[in-house]
Amino acid sequence: MAKPRSAASRLLQNRSFLWLCLIATNLAVLALGILLISILWQGLGTLDWDFLTNAASRKPENAGIVVPLWGSVWVCAICGLAALPLGVGTAIYLEEFARRTRFTRFIQTNILNLAGVPSIVYGILGLTAFARMFGVFGVGADAGVEIGDPDGLFYLRLPFGSSVLAGGLTLMLVILPIVIISTQEALRAIPPSLRSGALALGATTWQTVWGMTLPAAVPGIMTGSILAMSRAIGESAPLLVVGSALFLLATPNNIMSDFSVLPLQIFNWAQRPQAGFHDLAASAIIVQLIVLLAFNGVAVFIRQKLQKPLL
Amino acid sequence: MTTAPTNLSSMTDLTRLGRPKSVAARRLRERLIVGALAVAATFSIFVTTAILVVLAKETVVFFGFEDVSLGEFFGSAEWNPLLGAEKHFGIWPLISGTMLVTIIAASIALPIGLITAIYLSEYATARTRAVLKPALEILAGIPTVVYGFFALMFITPALQKLNPMIAGLGSPESPVSFGSYNALSAGIAMGIMILPIVCSLSEDSLRAVPRSLRDGAFALGGTRFDVSVKVVVPAALSGVVAAFLLAISRAIGETMIVALAAGGLARLTFNPAAETQTMTGYMAQIFGGDAPAGSVEYQSSYAVGATLFCITFLLTMLGQYILRRFREEYD
Repeated sequence: MAKPRSAASRLLQNRSFLWLCLIATNLAVLALGILLISILWQGLGTLDWDFLTNAASRKPENAGIVVPLWGSVWVCAICGLAALPLGVGTAIYLEEFARRTRFTRFIQTNILNLAGVPSIVYGILGLTAFARMFGVFGVGADAGVEIGDPDGLFYLRLPFGSSVLAGGLTLMLVILPIVIISTQEALRAIPPSLRSGALALGATTWQTVWGMTLPAAVPGIMTGSILAMSRAIGESAPLLVVGSALFLLATPNNIMSDFSVLPLQIFNWAQRPQAGFHDLAASAIIVQLIVLLAFNGVAVFIRQKLQKPLL
Repeated sequence: MTTAPTNLSSMTDLTRLGRPKSVAARRLRERLIVGALAVAATFSIFVTTAILVVLAKETVVFFGFEDVSLGEFFGSAEWNPLLGAEKHFGIWPLISGTMLVTIIAASIALPIGLITAIYLSEYATARTRAVLKPALEILAGIPTVVYGFFALMFITPALQKLNPMIAGLGSPESPVSFGSYNALSAGIAMGIMILPIVCSLSEDSLRAVPRSLRDGAFALGGTRFDVSVKVVVPAALSGVVAAFLLAISRAIGETMIVALAAGGLARLTFNPAAETQTMTGYMAQIFGGDAPAGSVEYQSSYAVGATLFCITFLLTMLGQYILRRFREEYD
């Protein structure tokens, strides 16, 4: 705004900027459209029931995704069971209990930093801490400690090796900061008057949290957690490092089973030279996107139906 | 939980808070719960410590090998651990590869993301927003391996169609042409990937600028362009810059796109048509099974991981500093 300009030129500038806005915005929508259409185009032909129920195969026409599909279910279940209590607990502590000390500020900064750590670095941590357990229980294929029957449902061995459990815990590290931050935001959105009311009636801080704040924050917490879980479903780099198996014929039967997950199967097929596997990768992407859309749909539903304005 | 009144009354039903207990019992329970929650909160510190310890320990092992030295790692421009008789470990080709892909991604995502954010926050009607926001949320939720597949199967073939046009650019010995792996394809896919991050975070900070600032600028006779670009964006600048930094650090740490589309040849080049390898791409190659555990090239990926961690850590800290230091506060 250095020198005065005519109204006409300023209006022209205004209008051209609006056009620029529309072009930029449509570019983003266009990118999404091209991506979805090109993948549907390539993948719909090979997407059928056999594809969903067959195991891996060296021939593209016989290969299917049942093993990575169940692998994703196992890994994400473990990830959610570990990340939710830990993440929600941390958020409750920071928001409802902790005084604003130097220590809690440090924890808060630390969580923000963890959210910025590349997921492949979490993979390195998972490989060392979970799959190998720092070499405390021996190195190599032989398990140091074994409990239970390797073919049964209850089986545990130390170190975890490249198992469903190690993969799930590694993904837990990846999504933990997201769960914590979104839960904190959900708790912050609860009006303080609710807490004051409960406290005035003689409730302890924990009773206030458990009886008032948490129930009111559940929709927000669930929305954030579902979005975090959908990140976990799509995550592949850390599991590549932890060492998921690339050619498996059996679905996992306990937490120590070898596993593959859907995104890694896509990665594996996309890397191969044969075009037949590329079509399979596109089909697997369609399945993956349907699962993700279902997750996001549930999150949107919760956000709109359960989240009632408080006071 | 269907209607608001029942919802509220069920929450205010204090019998759910348990039957009266002695004050001592209540205090004990309270202490135990707070203790358990505090343990959960300190877990995040354990995670950070564990990352630092693991990276440091394994990097020290790497520098313990005899054909590796700290001077070569930071001083040499040759990264050649897998092929050839002599192994070279100079980090710069991997850093330049990472920078090349990141710069391409940023030059696509930052302008388009910011302009889209301005449009969404200042221009768009509620109906347009209702269409655009979900589209951006879908883009944000697409797994990165899908972007990698898209780059490899769609963007690269599309770029190769340009080959006849750009063939004259290079010298006759080394003509410029897009191969099946190139930095530009990976960079474009990565740009699409970080676009929603730039857009939604910038939009949040633009919308946080109070209405009175806009009203004031309009009252002075500003056009909507003047108001949004010369008043609102500067007022929200710290948030916008923080969004840029977060998106860039996400691009630097992204693995699957570059592992699929950028290729596996680490070299010092800024030619976007050339095959290149990033830090994350190298790590994916090694941990994906290209090197036996414990070998020098296997250990080198820890040193690369430590470098990557330091770079993204610095960017995150810088973003937080900018948010804290340059935040404009309005009442």
